[in-house]
Amino acid sequence: MKGLTAFLSILGKDMRTYYLKPPNISWGLIFPVAWAGMFLVRSGRGLEEVLSILPGIVTVSILFGTTSMLAVTVTFEKKNASFDRLLLAPMPLEAVMLAKTMGAILFGVINGLIPLLIASFLTSLQGISWGLLLAGSLLTAVSSTFMGLFVAVAVSEVFEAQTFSNFLRFPMIFLCGLFIPVASLPVFLRPLSYILPATWGADLLRRAVTGSGAFDAWVALAILTAMSILLYAFSLRNIRRKWIT
Amino acid sequence: MSLIPSSSAASASDDPGPAATAGPAVEARDLRKSFGEIIALAGVSFEIRPGELFGLLGPNGAGKTTTIRILTGLSRCDSGSVWVAGIDCSSNPRAALGHIGVVPDESNLYPELTGFENLCFCASLYGVGRSERRERANSLLEMFGLADAAGRRFAGYSRGMKRKLTIAAGLIHQPGILFLDEPTTGIDVGSAREIRQLLTELRGSGTTILLTTHYIEEAERLCDRIAFMVAGRIVKVDTVRNLLEPLQGLHAMDLSFSCAADAVLPAITLALPELTFAKTGPTSLRASATGPFGIGALVRVIEAQGGEVLEARRVRSSLEEVFVRETSIRPEAMKREKERRARSS
Repeated sequence: MKGLTAFLSILGKDMRTYYLKPPNISWGLIFPVAWAGMFLVRSGRGLEEVLSILPGIVTVSILFGTTSMLAVTVTFEKKNASFDRLLLAPMPLEAVMLAKTMGAILFGVINGLIPLLIASFLTSLQGISWGLLLAGSLLTAVSSTFMGLFVAVAVSEVFEAQTFSNFLRFPMIFLCGLFIPVASLPVFLRPLSYILPATWGADLLRRAVTGSGAFDAWVALAILTAMSILLYAFSLRNIRRKWIT
Repeated sequence: MSLIPSSSAASASDDPGPAATAGPAVEARDLRKSFGEIIALAGVSFEIRPGELFGLLGPNGAGKTTTIRILTGLSRCDSGSVWVAGIDCSSNPRAALGHIGVVPDESNLYPELTGFENLCFCASLYGVGRSERRERANSLLEMFGLADAAGRRFAGYSRGMKRKLTIAAGLIHQPGILFLDEPTTGIDVGSAREIRQLLTELRGSGTTILLTTHYIEEAERLCDRIAFMVAGRIVKVDTVRNLLEPLQGLHAMDLSFSCAADAVLPAITLALPELTFAKTGPTSLRASATGPFGIGALVRVIEAQGGEVLEARRVRSSLEEVFVRETSIRPEAMKREKERRARSS
């Protein structure tokens, strides 16, 4: 019970002080809308294209929603030593970091819901496999968040966190199969694509929305889960090694 | 509600498990720690008895903060063992976190939260329920004279206010053992006095306290026992009374003059063999003897060497004198360096 109190308190503080701030909310609203507009203009077709671009928009929204704040906030708190408060809390480090990352995961999932909400006004969403969409969105959010955590733990300055995040995020958009199918990428780039969580998340969401995907859904779910666990474990290891020196 | 945690209150409300031991509240055995080439701790051992206010006194770089970080699980030692509240923390540095409160040398609360929110948040990290943490936060804000600033953001607090709130945050979960790293450094005289008063009350309530400080008078006034720490080593540990014991009957005087001490020293040693002299600066020295002595003979010898006495000050038998003898460090230099650092930070 005490652990739950601490967990919810860390989550609540982060949501209040970082994620539910007007700039972040407006970023969360504007970004998916802008991406949707871009894709629609690029396709040159009308609203019938909405369902085909929806998985990509949801993936990008989740990716940017989860990683935009986490790496910066963790690095910022580490820099001003307030992160030590969390390290001194009498709960397992795994739980502390899960609480710390939960805000980003929730924010990412909410961010991913916005394109769906907009799409519901433009086209019918009846054919969507909601269970798969939810699982795919959640796992994409979790893996993206833990990637943000991995970045945060790898650097020591806030500007480094921002630079490193962008260095990972923007190429990811082009390599994860949103613009160009993975099968059409040059052979030497494909392995890079396969190690990106967004590749598997986008494919899962595509299958959930359109019914077709490059990979088996269970394989994609398993790989995303494994990537999340690996990224989290590696980040915790780095915290123990680098921050509790 | 009690503002100051009592041993029983701490164990009743927030004690997470196996603690309460008849042995030392804190025990460090042969702690060693290096940062690359730099040896921070070179075999530090001490123990703190339950309810004791124990002081670590030493200059910057002595290893005080590193010691606290290791004891609180924020750092790992290269070798050695740590016991806190009867729990062996050597293999799991986080095992005793529920029993301790920590006040770091830099105020590290959340700048975007108000004073009240910061305290409530810190309490929640220890599982204190909503209504109780609000009550405790209000009580501590009142006690530290911060009630009027409760709704203001921490970022807007003055240095003294930040320090007080950081101490309050260390107390909010009513820990049985409190670690304070330089709690009065860089704050105004009034706030420092209030903090010292609070520490006295905490000790009276049975809280075990480890205090690091570079203020010798503060350590002398507050601590039950003091450890002198220099270059990663503890050079002396004892009660204030025992530390002062060798100085009973010792008379000393600090002199500063217009010529070089090296020029004066041979002549003055020869002229006044009943006194012992030690150079304390380029143009200053300390004269000491086992009995009372006057200044006249000293002035005459210095003037005979072409110098002029600028200042003469009797040295009382104080912890400062013991510290200088044991560590060969001038406390003024230690204090100046610390204050310079505090200002620059």
